[in-house]
Amino acid sequence: MSDDHVYLSLAEGHDEGGDARWAFGTGFEDPLHGVDTAVPAGVDATELAATCLALGDDALVSAQRLAEWTTRAPELEEEVALANIGLDLLGQARLLYARCGQVDGSGRGEDAYAYLRDADDFRNVRLAELPGGDFAFSIVRLLVLSSWRLAHFERLAASPDPVLSAVAAKGVKELTYHRQYAADWAVRLGDGTPESHRRMRAALHQVGPYLGELFTAYDVRDEVVAVLAQVTEAAGLPMPAWRPTPGAGREGGHTEHLAPLLAELQGVARAHPGAVW
Amino acid sequence: MGRHFPKGLGSSYHGPNERSVGKWDSMTSPQSGTSSSAPPADRAEPELQRHFDDTIAHNQRIEPRDWMPEGYRRTLIRQIAQHAHSEIIGMQPEGEWITRAPSLRRKAILFAKVQDEAGHGLYLYSAAETLGADRADLTERLIEGRQKYSSIFNYPTPTFADVGVIGWFVDGAAICNQVPLCRSSYGPYARAMVRVCKEESFHQRQGYELLLTMMRGTDEQRAMVQDAVDRWWWPSLMMFGPPDDDSPNSAQSMAWKIKRHTNDELRQRFVDMTVPQAEKLGVTLPDPELRWNEERGHHDFGTPDWSELKRVISGDGPCNAQRMERRRTAHEEGAWVREAAAAHAAKQDKRREEGSAA
Amino acid sequence: MSDTEGTKGNWPLYEVFVRGKRGLNHVHVGSLHAADDRMALTHARDLYTRRNEGVSIWVVRSEHIAASTRDEKDPFFAPSADKVYRHPTFYDIPDDVPHI
Repeated sequence: MSDDHVYLSLAEGHDEGGDARWAFGTGFEDPLHGVDTAVPAGVDATELAATCLALGDDALVSAQRLAEWTTRAPELEEEVALANIGLDLLGQARLLYARCGQVDGSGRGEDAYAYLRDADDFRNVRLAELPGGDFAFSIVRLLVLSSWRLAHFERLAASPDPVLSAVAAKGVKELTYHRQYAADWAVRLGDGTPESHRRMRAALHQVGPYLGELFTAYDVRDEVVAVLAQVTEAAGLPMPAWRPTPGAGREGGHTEHLAPLLAELQGVARAHPGAVW
Repeated sequence: MGRHFPKGLGSSYHGPNERSVGKWDSMTSPQSGTSSSAPPADRAEPELQRHFDDTIAHNQRIEPRDWMPEGYRRTLIRQIAQHAHSEIIGMQPEGEWITRAPSLRRKAILFAKVQDEAGHGLYLYSAAETLGADRADLTERLIEGRQKYSSIFNYPTPTFADVGVIGWFVDGAAICNQVPLCRSSYGPYARAMVRVCKEESFHQRQGYELLLTMMRGTDEQRAMVQDAVDRWWWPSLMMFGPPDDDSPNSAQSMAWKIKRHTNDELRQRFVDMTVPQAEKLGVTLPDPELRWNEERGHHDFGTPDWSELKRVISGDGPCNAQRMERRRTAHEEGAWVREAAAAHAAKQDKRREEGSAA
Repeated sequence: MSDTEGTKGNWPLYEVFVRGKRGLNHVHVGSLHAADDRMALTHARDLYTRRNEGVSIWVVRSEHIAASTRDEKDPFFAPSADKVYRHPTFYDIPDDVPHI
């Protein structure tokens, strides 16, 4: 039919984007292909591994919480958006675990980190593991974590390790988008209705105690606080109260919520030793 | 159509032709049968009908702002909406496994696949809206049980092998059903299906690839795959709908080129496609009557339990209540979010107006 | 403003146009619902381009699109047959329909 070509050519264009996404998201090829994986001289391998593991754990646990929204999002368009963010973070986790396995001397693959460690061995910040809560809580958490992670990745893009640098550079684009998504929603919900405003206040109150952990771990506090100040002001919301308490998640100290999250994540993999998927 | 006046592109223009649809409503009721049987109560009507019939006869597309018989419009809205609902409800059986997928690679694939289904639902709702339907209204119809979705999604997914078999069978059956719809006579539907089909073929391959991998694994995994095949085979055959001699609406849909093949033709195509794949995989399809018929050049196969299909369609399947409950809950619990966003947008508009007035 | 919102939580419909790659026109790809322009762009990017970098997206409220009538050269749409429909008062529009 003569009218087909326009749509077919459009579909082709669409397909190219899809391929790029799949190549990254499904592991059909080595995600670190083409990047020199040797640890450069002067880089402390132990420290590099610890950084990759901690950032990988943040991403995996966050992706798991985002995946819980599937079929439960407030609108269908948000299903797609939340899944995109979850997939980005899952992709980051995989790259970071892969790097960790290369430099910590264990030679482990991504799944060994995700599926064969107990809660004590996870190094994610506790904010990432808190139960899902309502959409307001998810938005506030995403705003905080994406702002914080973005500030951190921007610095890591200049890392002397070429792999971490490449992972961070890719992540910066993704996280910029995540932060924008969260900021837009924070403003809508803060300004929208009395109910949404109330829920946002509650969510900000809820994340407060977990901010100190972020701010002691890395020197990005001022940047994150500035973002939060800008967004909360636009949203007509108060800044969350935080105290500079020592981090616990980075040392393996977690809330009671991480173990059940991992039980769900790891259950099938652990129930079938020797199986291949 | 009542309050569902056209909103989609093309129909968003409140021009003559759209408005006239309601006026002619009673003359071309949905059951008025063949497209040439409408009584010529308006002198324009036979001309419009002839133009429509010619367009169909020449295999050209009907587009949103074209005049169309009310039955055609209603049939399409129903079919596209049910298709959209199926994509959205269809996220649930597999979606339950995203958080539990046993490798990060499988987790990413499944997450993206279920996301695609949300996207497919949106493409289809978008197509339905070009016909004057309203998505909020269609969603209401779904959660009130007034519109259906595919019976296949009312079956449970007890093991991870189900994820693979759904990809292989259910997405495979969907492809058989949907590829011909890329040539559907209604333009927006056909175009939506081009996008959907491209992604579905990926879904089918990833499902089959998961099963191939599992079959190379442990005995326990092979047993899981066979068990899932046993449970999904017959429901998958039922996805094509009742047999042709019990499918009253098919003939009209074929004449309108909304549908391009009969249920039984598509079912046969699916069986013929799947049998060699099953052999390669090393699983047994649970049908003792399944065999190659040299004379027909097709596989013969047994008769699905049509009473089961009727039961599942009428709401009595294993998971109907659970699926509907989830969708309803998500919609209701999301209401405050949707309202807040709308309220914020209204406030912003007002602020802008006041700003420009000042 | 609240014209296309049947109930208070329903977001208006937007049409989406995508330039798939350089050298092509923007092409209409479908529609979506969003509360505001910014959300519509975000959704369009997520849904219709899967955030493919480099593509250009336009979104416009469906109700703001003015469309031509059908093919004017079509014999059926000769002025005599068409004229009456062009008269706005020919149509009985319910009160809650916007922009009439």
